[in-house]
Amino acid sequence: MIDKNGIVEKVEEIQLGIFILKVNAPQIAAEAKPGQFCNIKVSDSTFPLLRRPFSICDVEGEVISFQFNIVGEGTKILSNLKKGDILDMLGPLGVGFDYSGDFDNALIIAGGIGAAPFPFLIKNISDAKNITSFVGGRSKKDIIKYKLENIITSTDDGSEGFCGNVVQLLDSEINNYESSTTKIFACGPNPMLRALSKYSIEKGFDCEISTESVMACGFGICQGCNVEGTNSDRFLLVCKDGPVFKAEDVIL
Amino acid sequence: MNSIDLSVKIGSLVLQNPIMLASGTVGYGNEISDYTDLSKIGGIVTKSVSLHPRKGNPPNRITETSSGMLNAIGLANVGLEAFIKDKIPFLKDIGSTLICNIAASSVGEYVECTKTLDREETVKAFEINVSCPNVKDGGLIFGNDVNNVRIITEKVRAVTNKPIIIKLSPNTASIKDFAQAAKDEGADAVSAINTLVGTAFDIYSKKPKIKNITGGLSGPAIKPVALAKVLEISRNVDIPIIGIGGIMDWKDVVEFMICGASAIQLGTVNFINPSVSEEIIKGLDDYCVETGVSKISDLTGSYSL
Repeated sequence: MIDKNGIVEKVEEIQLGIFILKVNAPQIAAEAKPGQFCNIKVSDSTFPLLRRPFSICDVEGEVISFQFNIVGEGTKILSNLKKGDILDMLGPLGVGFDYSGDFDNALIIAGGIGAAPFPFLIKNISDAKNITSFVGGRSKKDIIKYKLENIITSTDDGSEGFCGNVVQLLDSEINNYESSTTKIFACGPNPMLRALSKYSIEKGFDCEISTESVMACGFGICQGCNVEGTNSDRFLLVCKDGPVFKAEDVIL
Repeated sequence: MNSIDLSVKIGSLVLQNPIMLASGTVGYGNEISDYTDLSKIGGIVTKSVSLHPRKGNPPNRITETSSGMLNAIGLANVGLEAFIKDKIPFLKDIGSTLICNIAASSVGEYVECTKTLDREETVKAFEINVSCPNVKDGGLIFGNDVNNVRIITEKVRAVTNKPIIIKLSPNTASIKDFAQAAKDEGADAVSAINTLVGTAFDIYSKKPKIKNITGGLSGPAIKPVALAKVLEISRNVDIPIIGIGGIMDWKDVVEFMICGASAIQLGTVNFINPSVSEEIIKGLDDYCVETGVSKISDLTGSYSL
């Protein structure tokens, strides 16, 4: 569960402000499951102090990749890493997607940088299943299609694809899918996940959501990434009980 | 290793080395045991236990600040009964000295928890949390009144013969008075410091970054404050001190010991580098060899002012 010696292969800006970081980390690559994350120490100094959690975007042999945009100091440092730099990571952490079930259609719902965990998931879902990716963003520049399949897009401002949010886009296509043979996998900002959870529960679709939270440790000791559970007398932890939850199990 | 004696004494409690893991930063031991060999550590202090389970505060509970973090977890814990039933069996076999941290919202609750846990052989000592800044009942309300600390220490002392450590708040004008009160009533040691009350706001939403509005500041940002408090106690009260506050490496440990600490606790660093204690123990051993110290306990209070 620990691999402190990741070696940076490259950092690539795949579109304006969106980066792919590739790291050689054999142990994490061998153990990782789609939807899991790594908690990365971005600097040796005490600023930033805490690790930063990132979904595992893809695994190719011994190389794992992360997809991120620049939010603050931590991601700025990551974007400037060079080939050969050592990256201190804890991982793979958390509970990932359950894609083992009996379904014919996998619907990927990604909002903005929420597209991050899906290349690895798509790679692992059986070829026998139909995968459709519903990708939403505020505007054309926020749409991330990296390694997704059968993409349908939506933008809030109508600059690309369907004009509206990604849940509205899904609703416009939902008649093509039977709830009994379809599973939804989603990741994105909380308002999107909240709307999607409500929608999928009402329509009777099986839906898993990958959530995010500020966190310190990433493995259950700091108790900082709590989320309200539906049927739990304790809070759930995004790092350990998640980050992927069944839509009906959490209240975002 | 070699002939350096890393063991330390805190009252009647002997630890194999001065490194303890602080309450609330190691859960109940099992999570962090994936990352570090607990049997190498001097002692571990469990997450605060209260008489009844506590759900803790709603999110967001933490935020990062300059070289530190604010937390307001709210003493989330499984409660005394589940602690004994579900957590102690694992803790029995960790091979490190187990110290149980107790939080309560009344004197009676402190007494009841201590009395019940006194029967558990695995629990070697108690750390009494009179200084949590993040709960409405108890915590700092106790910690800020020297008479309350006096009463709690006296009452808890009456129900156990195991060592008692009183965890002191830095959010007070004169920490030495609290340490003196703890000593007068029979505490074996004090631990200092708990977190400092702080806050952080989002400048666009104008809302606090943690739901509780204020939280406890920890991490390297508070180390100078913690050192000053340890030194203040050391210079005024004859009681063993366990130093806590922003320790990141072995050099910080040495600094705390020089300022008067008999042992130290690692807190926030466990979130960042959960296997740091092994590096620290190695660093301490090397430091002792380099500076000709044969017993690490000789460092305690060795300051030259």
